Amino acid sequence: MNNAAHEFLRSAAEKSADLTHRQIIRRGIDSYNTANERGRSRFLDWEAARLRCQEIKWEAVNSLDRYLLEFEQRVKDRGGHVFWAENSAEARKYITDLATARGVRKIVKSKSMVSEEIHLGPALEKLGIKVVETDLGEYIVQLREETPYHIVTPAMHLNRTQIAALFKEKLGDVDTDDPQQLVAAARRALRRDFFSAEMGISGANFLVADAGMIALTTNEGNGRLCTSVPPIHVVLSGIEKVIPRLQDLATLWPVLATAGTGQPITCYSTLAGGPRQPNEMDGPEEFHVVLVDNGRSELLANVEEREVLHCIRCGACINACPVFRTVGGHSYGTTYMGPIGSVLTPRLRGLNEFQHLSYASSLCGACSDVCPVKINLHHHLLHNRRDAVDASDRPWSERMGFAVWRWAVGDARRFRAVGWLARLGMRVMQRLHLDGTLLDPARPWNRNHATAPAPAKSFRALWGNQNGNN
Amino acid sequence: MAKVALFIPCFVDQLTPEVGLDMVRVLRRLGIEMEFPEEQTCCGQPAFNTGYWNDARPVAERFLQIFRNAEQVVCPSGSCTTMVRNFYPELLAGTPWHEEALKVGQRVFEFSEFLVKVARVTDVGASFPHRVAVHDSCHALRELRLKQESRELLRHVRGLELVEMPYSEDCCGFGGTFATKFSAISAAMGDAKAGYAETSGAEYVTATDPSCLLHIDGILRRRNSTVRTIHLAGILAQTATAAERRTRAAGAEGAR
Repeated sequence: MNNAAHEFLRSAAEKSADLTHRQIIRRGIDSYNTANERGRSRFLDWEAARLRCQEIKWEAVNSLDRYLLEFEQRVKDRGGHVFWAENSAEARKYITDLATARGVRKIVKSKSMVSEEIHLGPALEKLGIKVVETDLGEYIVQLREETPYHIVTPAMHLNRTQIAALFKEKLGDVDTDDPQQLVAAARRALRRDFFSAEMGISGANFLVADAGMIALTTNEGNGRLCTSVPPIHVVLSGIEKVIPRLQDLATLWPVLATAGTGQPITCYSTLAGGPRQPNEMDGPEEFHVVLVDNGRSELLANVEEREVLHCIRCGACINACPVFRTVGGHSYGTTYMGPIGSVLTPRLRGLNEFQHLSYASSLCGACSDVCPVKINLHHHLLHNRRDAVDASDRPWSERMGFAVWRWAVGDARRFRAVGWLARLGMRVMQRLHLDGTLLDPARPWNRNHATAPAPAKSFRALWGNQNGNN
Repeated sequence: MAKVALFIPCFVDQLTPEVGLDMVRVLRRLGIEMEFPEEQTCCGQPAFNTGYWNDARPVAERFLQIFRNAEQVVCPSGSCTTMVRNFYPELLAGTPWHEEALKVGQRVFEFSEFLVKVARVTDVGASFPHRVAVHDSCHALRELRLKQESRELLRHVRGLELVEMPYSEDCCGFGGTFATKFSAISAAMGDAKAGYAETSGAEYVTATDPSCLLHIDGILRRRNSTVRTIHLAGILAQTATAAERRTRAAGAEGAR
């Protein structure tokens, strides 16, 4: 077992037993569910909206080359720069070089999961540049020196008391657990940063091809400040975020907001498409878009898995996932957590190292049911597993186990004999009170479950008896 | 009507045979003739779900060979029904068995689905004077889209009080090999489910999948809970004995 898998198992087991964590997350997701249900009911036909979003993303992803070039051209026409980064290192280098060349000392960031994906923060900090996260949730986890717990609600795992204690320690000028006052304290601190930073970095919810603009949604207005106050604005986005037309936002924006938080529309919806134009009042002097591939082209080339690129990062699958609710966002040890993370990470970062995430699911399918762009997430988990087996990446014992299984179920007599032996074994273990101990082959099951007596006869034996009696 | 073929999942055959027998009792009471193709073993789901599609494929083909001539197949598990109906076509895509998989898939029914949608029965004449909550098994709920069928059947059971448990659609955490590979996560999910069952005030939790119940039952008893599990077929198989009928009649007299 590799390190990532080992660490996942350790952390997952720890969080699974943490009842306080379970309660905090349950409460958070309960309120999400209430808002989300109300949000969906506002749609005349939520299913039709999902279908439309799926169609838009399908069209975009299946003509990605065309729409990306169209987007690039329009951004350039307005005086912006577009950089194509094949991997994390290239994306990081472009931004660190730019920051160094312009003498940047402080950067304000609005939420960007791609920046987490390429580990941008540490690279900038190594150069002595201060990076300030301005999304409140991100700001909180940054103060705690943690990674986001959830892609939409990064501080979901914390309650008010914990945040109050954190602010008291780190900000100093606040000693209350009143949410209003806590927000006000964060706002006071962040204002100073917005107006002293030389660079703003944002993500993009969508890259609008026909407009050559990025579409950005935030609830706190921090995105808008990051993109318009500092003299340089850098957009960091995965290549899959492109959509064909501005009018597509009419469906995508409300669907994203509803799936993400239950809101009819996110509070601040921003379009930005280049540096300040001659007759404009505000906006950055420089505008850069870094388009990150980082394994996405490979996923695009894989017809069976391509639809994973439809993801609009709303987080609905994460909220719906019973495994996420049990192990928490940090156990995954990856940028993207929950179902989308378990599907995507092995594809982007290697099936060999991250296949355990594709196995860490009961395949309940709740994720696929809620996905607003209708990605069949749990079926993709099955594909990841199949590909891991086909790449001979599975443990020897498991391979042997299935070879024996296949032999046993290939013939009813063999199956009957093996079943009889297994039940006999269970009865012996139970008689000797060894079930659940280290000597028990069924220990992983029996240490968590009260054992039930193994039946003396199988169904087929009982059916035979019954029909003999008839 | 031709005989209905019984599809008894491997673990029901070996570990919970009473679920199969209860299903047989109910179908027999309805006058449905049955056969049990004795060559059947497993549908292949354990290998398929773990990624061993090459091992699952011949097992699926074997299943189709055994059941290809059956007009109707009934199974006391939504999960195994899902394997045949929803996943065989994908597993066998591009093989000569693909078409057969599509055909057989349309003739395999989960038990409650068979009763309500095929046999068109909602009252099977059962009696079970207890408070019962339904756990919605994932495959039945989200792959076969079954939810009301089991409740409809339970509403017609004499003396049964149907209660809803919170988060009835949350996965119980069984998930096949998931339960052993990630036992801590699986047990914690089961624990949450057991807690919801207890708060519902039900005496019994029922479901259409014996595998969920095996998991929930082991966890409930581990917690020394008073809540018990019973497969839907187990409830539907029970009828009021003559004695019970007399007691109830006497009770009704008294009330009057």
